[in-house]
Amino acid sequence: MNEKVLMRGSDIIGEASVRAGCRFYAGYPITPQNELPEYLSARMVEVGGTFIQGESEIASINMLIGASAVGSRVMTSSSSPGIALKQEGISYMAGLELPGVIVNMMRGGPGLGNISPSAADYFQSTRGGGNGDYRTPVLAPAGCQELIEMTFLAFDLADNYRNPVMILGDGLMGQVMEPVVFPDFLDLNKLPQKDWALTGCVDREARAIFSMYLGEKGELCQHNLELQEKYDRITAQEQRWETIMTDDADLIVVAYGTAARIAESAIEEVRGQGLAAGLFRPITLWPFPTAPLRELAQKGRKIAVFELCLGQMVEDVILSVGERVEISFHGVPGGVIPTPAEVAEFLNSVAKGDGKVGRRIEV
Amino acid sequence: MSAEPVYKKVFGRPESLKEAATHYCPGCGHSIAHRLVAECLDELGLREKTIGVPPVGCAVLAYNYFNFDMIEAPHGRALAVATGIKRVQPDKFVLSYQGDGDLAAIGTAETIHAANRGEMISAIFINNAIYGMTGGQMAPTTLLGQNATTAPGGRDPELHGWPIDISRMLALCDGVVYVERCTLSSIKQIRKAKKAIKKSFQCQLDRLGFSLVELLSPCPTNWKLSTQDSWDWVSEEMVKVYPVGVIKDTTGYEDKK
Ligand SMILES: Cc1ncc(C[n+]2csc(CCOP(=O)(O)OP(=O)(O)O)c2C)c(N)n1
Ligand code: SF4
Repeated sequence: MNEKVLMRGSDIIGEASVRAGCRFYAGYPITPQNELPEYLSARMVEVGGTFIQGESEIASINMLIGASAVGSRVMTSSSSPGIALKQEGISYMAGLELPGVIVNMMRGGPGLGNISPSAADYFQSTRGGGNGDYRTPVLAPAGCQELIEMTFLAFDLADNYRNPVMILGDGLMGQVMEPVVFPDFLDLNKLPQKDWALTGCVDREARAIFSMYLGEKGELCQHNLELQEKYDRITAQEQRWETIMTDDADLIVVAYGTAARIAESAIEEVRGQGLAAGLFRPITLWPFPTAPLRELAQKGRKIAVFELCLGQMVEDVILSVGERVEISFHGVPGGVIPTPAEVAEFLNSVAKGDGKVGRRIEV
Repeated sequence: MSAEPVYKKVFGRPESLKEAATHYCPGCGHSIAHRLVAECLDELGLREKTIGVPPVGCAVLAYNYFNFDMIEAPHGRALAVATGIKRVQPDKFVLSYQGDGDLAAIGTAETIHAANRGEMISAIFINNAIYGMTGGQMAPTTLLGQNATTAPGGRDPELHGWPIDISRMLALCDGVVYVERCTLSSIKQIRKAKKAIKKSFQCQLDRLGFSLVELLSPCPTNWKLSTQDSWDWVSEEMVKVYPVGVIKDTTGYEDKK
């Protein structure tokens, strides 16, 4: 087994990406994710890959389109306003069916907002801001070892489904230092063959990769139906989640990423006070683990949703469990990191039904 | 002596062009430019190692006409896409083909920075001083006084700004080794244009840096002129604002001869 090393979240994604076979990175600086391109600016060169500091997020995502089209494993990273600029390119990648990994270390918004951890881009990530009927798998790690697993997974999902995949974290995930163990480098020759890639038309017909379908026989409709069939397969096969202490829980807390870490501490606290709470942590935000959450939402249980924003994932929770159970929500917008004690107060308030912290969701 | 007549092929379809009818309007410069690009690729034996990036614009369907690998780019981003391709596959021949809206308006940043990085790419720039595909709106290159659907009464610098000469701007970048402007409006000029395109391709093969050939190109449909009048307008009016000739050449090719 490889050695345990202590590293920062951003650097971990960088190291994991090259071990997962990424050989092309392009990105534009934005806090709080600059450590990742800084790490890769040296590391990519060492592994014989390409690092480009693009002139903008738009240029960077489009460089990915080119590099992906010729068969490379590719990655870009940014933070919220930069991801907004990449959305056109992400939509094109979906339409062109090009694999690629996009890291979003969220910061506060709207507009320039600020650089402190926030999770106000759940909609931006899971619903996409690009045009068209497309979907992007979104992975939301909550710890450093999981960052490594999710980075490897992101590249595999991207290649397997020929689709862009997003890794969603926040400034805290990027900065946190934890001991981790890296897997070995993947053998580039053993990565999935890309028989669709542009390689020059030697001994074969010329190949075109495009997303425009002008035909009058419903070609665009057909293309969209085929994409949807792929999204359905991803939904059926790729949902990931974690449950902690849910077996005996009367109250299920739903939270992801950094919020889930805070919630976990809060759950320990309220358990000490006699409240049987447990955590449901979605790891894939799209596809959202709807069925497993619905299963947990049995009669008599309450659901408490906690987010580092004013309520975005809660909509997927509502869609998952509907009117089955009572749902309460507590959110803290970007700029302030809530303490476990504050979340514990919310959980106790939900249990008592006194409405002091958070709000009851009317479905 | 054989009775069979001996034929020598003197004209044919370049292998780098598919056997397909294009959707370009009669008299459009795109058709001529396609043929020149294809002939140059054939003559340099590059077809099988070429990866091309068409624009969003009238040439968006170029992959239906060019007989080599191509990938669509979002409007204006062809040179960023081409950068990604060339960096991963430095041995491939990489080419962008873009209109003035694509290269000199929405894609200005991608154009200037790919050029300035000295990406080993050849750019073919079709300047028809109008937005062809979307129906005749003002382009960054529209001449003063020229009519456009969004510049009714003609382009007025106070209202619409001035025509941009992006080729001269690019010539200022250190990564750029060769820029030439030609027209597609006379046989003589078309021959010159072919020479320029071939030289640009050679720059890439010799890994000298970024190069671009600007082609002043008629758009009879949106200029609302006959084919002949369009050609005349290029040769008489457009060239006053965009003089033809070599704008930058640090290749040293002529010195070597
Ligand atoms: C992001 C985006 N904005 C606008 C358009 C619409 N659009 C398509 S082509 C074009 C301009 C084409 O003009 P030019 O680049 O000069 O090429 P031409 O058609 O004249 O050859 C525009 C504005 C688009 N497809 N995408
Ligand atoms: S609209 Fe203009 S540029 Fe477009 S095909 Fe017709 S003539 Fe050519």
